[in-house]
Amino acid sequence: MARKTIRSIPQQRADMPVQEPEIRARNFDEVALGFDLENALLECERCLMCPQPACIEGCPVKIDIPGFISKMLEKDFRGAYEHMTDATQLPAVCGRVCPQEDQCEGVCAVGAGTGLEPVAIGRLERFLGDMAIKEGWQKSAQIEPNRFRVAIVGSGPAGMACAADLAKAGCAVTIYEAFHVPGGVLRYGIPEFRLPKSVVDAEIANLKALGVDIQCNTLVGRLFTIDQMLDDMGYDAVFIGVGAGTPHFMDIPGENLNGVLSANELLTRCNLMHAGDFPKFDTPLGLGKRVAVIGSGNTAMDAMRVSLRLGAEQVHCIYRRSEIECPARKEELHHAQEEGIEFHWLTNPVEILGDANNNVRGIRCVQMELGEPDNSGRRRPVAVEGSEFDFEADTVVYAIGTSPNPILGQTSSIGLNKWGYIDTDDDLSTSLAGVYAGGDIVTGAATVIKAMGAGRKAADSIRRYLGLRD
Amino acid sequence: SFPILTRTDFSKSTFLIEIEHPVMAKAAKPGQFVIVMLHDLGERIPLTIADFDREKGTITLVVQAVGKSTREMQLLCRPGREIYAMLGPLGIPSDISSKTKKVICVGGGLGIAPIYPQARAFKEAGAHVIGVLGFRSSNLMFWEEKFRAICDDFIICTDDGSAGIHGLVTQGIEAAIRENPDVDEVVAIGPPVMMRACTETTRPYGIKTMVSLNPIMVDGTGMCGGCRVKVGDAIKFACVDGPDFDGHQVDFDDLFTRLQRYRPEEAAAMKRYSDSCRRL
Ligand SMILES: Cc1cc2nc3c(=O)[nH]c(=O)nc-3n(C[C@H](O)[C@H](O)[C@H](O)COP(=O)(O)OP(=O)(O)OC[C@H]3O[C@@H](n4cnc5c(N)ncnc54)[C@H](O)[C@@H]3O)c2cc1C
Ligand SMILES: Cc1cc2nc3c(=O)[nH]c(=O)nc-3n(C[C@H](O)[C@H](O)[C@H](O)COP(=O)(O)OP(=O)(O)OC[C@H]3O[C@@H](n4cnc5c(N)ncnc54)[C@H](O)[C@@H]3O)c2cc1C
Ligand code: SF4
Ligand code: SF4
Ligand code: FES
Ligand SMILES: [Mg+2]
Repeated sequence: MARKTIRSIPQQRADMPVQEPEIRARNFDEVALGFDLENALLECERCLMCPQPACIEGCPVKIDIPGFISKMLEKDFRGAYEHMTDATQLPAVCGRVCPQEDQCEGVCAVGAGTGLEPVAIGRLERFLGDMAIKEGWQKSAQIEPNRFRVAIVGSGPAGMACAADLAKAGCAVTIYEAFHVPGGVLRYGIPEFRLPKSVVDAEIANLKALGVDIQCNTLVGRLFTIDQMLDDMGYDAVFIGVGAGTPHFMDIPGENLNGVLSANELLTRCNLMHAGDFPKFDTPLGLGKRVAVIGSGNTAMDAMRVSLRLGAEQVHCIYRRSEIECPARKEELHHAQEEGIEFHWLTNPVEILGDANNNVRGIRCVQMELGEPDNSGRRRPVAVEGSEFDFEADTVVYAIGTSPNPILGQTSSIGLNKWGYIDTDDDLSTSLAGVYAGGDIVTGAATVIKAMGAGRKAADSIRRYLGLRD
Repeated sequence: SFPILTRTDFSKSTFLIEIEHPVMAKAAKPGQFVIVMLHDLGERIPLTIADFDREKGTITLVVQAVGKSTREMQLLCRPGREIYAMLGPLGIPSDISSKTKKVICVGGGLGIAPIYPQARAFKEAGAHVIGVLGFRSSNLMFWEEKFRAICDDFIICTDDGSAGIHGLVTQGIEAAIRENPDVDEVVAIGPPVMMRACTETTRPYGIKTMVSLNPIMVDGTGMCGGCRVKVGDAIKFACVDGPDFDGHQVDFDDLFTRLQRYRPEEAAAMKRYSDSCRRL
């Protein structure tokens, strides 16, 4: 077969249907509907099968992208799936939520300086992941039980990935989760229209099929401590993947008015507790008609788009930098704009305004301009003098980051760094022997694929710690 | 799920349930709380651990039926039934310091049950314990014997004068301080208005006064930020930094305001619930 060139491949990305903005902005069904078989194969044609594929380097877990694509082209989908899942455990999830433009697709040769869109790697990954769920493919794992018991704290992507690898290695694995259902942010944070809960359920079912025991309603640190797990409960090793902690506020006047809440609270009420279906579900929502969300990362996008779907008439995004610095996935920003979210770039709140009953009635903001680069390398926004203006809002949502969860630090002697995140070595071991950690509680808020990668890396280290050979 | 073993009704709206959870009974300490979900459509209801029995492996909750969820608990929580979800023990345990030689433990309304394990812990730590309990009327009194058994002095206050001091717990506190000028700590648990009144009573005396705050919570694990309270100049998260705080630093107005946050929804839920109960 002649080598493909940029010229010889299909120039346009294959079509993937999406729900129309006007319709989807009022429902919780998935926005992006995924490739069908024909379009998936068309998109596979666009891969140049580079001898030194940049895309692999761009993927945090180094998926052999041309490898799985070539199997797809041979129509060996199961083979493609198995090849891909050598490196990832959550393809149906990461194919949907990875910031591909910063990772694999960002460096794909097809997109590099050609004016073409890169190969839609994420969508292909999702295609295989969804096919595997539909067909019930479990990666055939011959499990030989050993005598080791490992406990996993937290059932987010880090914990799920670590649990699966250790179960395949033959360990008896128990996941302890604080909520009444497992999944971490995949459950309580990322909404249904981006990541259907049936996908999360399928991943959880896979874990259970590997023999992983999941104990919900268990707050480690308080119900029992890490020390007790190792000393009294007989675990040989522990992995900590407890995710992010308390949300940041800005310390400006008016933050304690009613109607001010964090994106995590809004999303937890909606996604985990189904407040959108109040009063069938008991958790109230209390969402206003004019919602202002501060911040513009993925969490902010989700809070805004959920608000829209729950009946807000206007949804505003307030972000102190410009659109170029917007940290959300490009696709989410694009979808949010299509759905009618109003973006106020270079705008910073200085006060939240209240009425006589202590309810939010508006926000006072200042215009910003970009000054000198700061230590993040991005140009620092500075307030334009005399540019204050008010606008009306009855709900204000903060989505400007989180601090580490303090519970394990309060209840064990585990080493923390100066910001309060768990300190680990390169192999993800912590200051406590036999205790490993990964995901957001180590790195600060990051991505699903990084958390998953960390879970797998820790599983590797735990295997070595326990003296298990591959 | 979590089986209910016993139930005792204290009044038309207040009842006690004992729930089997041996691991939690082992871990629980005075001042901590749980979050329960009655069923899979339920909301997350924070409730103080009113007592725990490590031998029996049980957690005791005392609930006052005030709205839809707690009314429904009153209806459904019977021995033989189960609670769908229960997370805990949550929060930092109360600081029962052996440096405290003489302590007044104040309980009012809902706070009467949860002040008990604290009073007992102070007693076990060697302190002189003065109990001050407030009831609306003598026929609503409960646990008097339990308290008498661990308190060195015991003062009852009733709103209608049917027992003890005719008046509020703050009068009980005044009386106790008059008798015992060497009191070095006051612990007050009850409705926010009562806790604020207690802190105002002790402020002129400069006596350290701890209160247990009950802002609206969701996860209870330090993730959502819903339970934030103002203490001094800082924002604190009651579920992971508390629920106990130095009452003289607490901004109670802020707490009152934020407790009103969902009043319209709560009232609507309650009305719907009452209507559907009537139809049955
Ligand atoms: C709204 C939102 C949208 C996002 N969108 C994206 C996106 O599009 N793409 C992307 O790549 N990333 C996204 N992220 C980030 C991504 O979800 C996280 O980086 C990732 O989930 C971190 O995984 P984790 O396993 O470390 O922790 P988490 O997913 O946070 O899971 C931690 C789990 O541990 C449990 N837990 C906590 N403490 C304890 C304890 N003491 N005992 C027992 N259990 C405990 C928690 O209840 C939780 O279930 C988003 C995050 C949010 C909040
Ligand atoms: C740490 C803590 C300990 C508590 N201990 C007890 C206890 O031992 N016994 C007891 O009866 N009650 C206790 N409460 C209060 C109890 O949680 C509320 O009364 C209950 O959630 C009300 O639910 P409802 O649906 O019946 O009433 P609603 O009509 O929904 O609410 C009535 C009022 O209760 C408050 N409330 C509502 N939802 C919550 C929530 N999720 N979290 C906190 N407060 C809320 C609000 O101020 C509301 O106006 C405690 C609360 C906290 C935070
Ligand atoms: S896991 Fe994410 S970064 Fe890696 S190939 Fe898939 S979409 Fe790209
Ligand atoms: S960089 Fe792009 S074109 Fe090259 S192998 Fe990877 S996906 Fe294919
Ligand atoms: S209840 Fe969510 S942070 Fe405290
Ligand atoms: Mg309620």
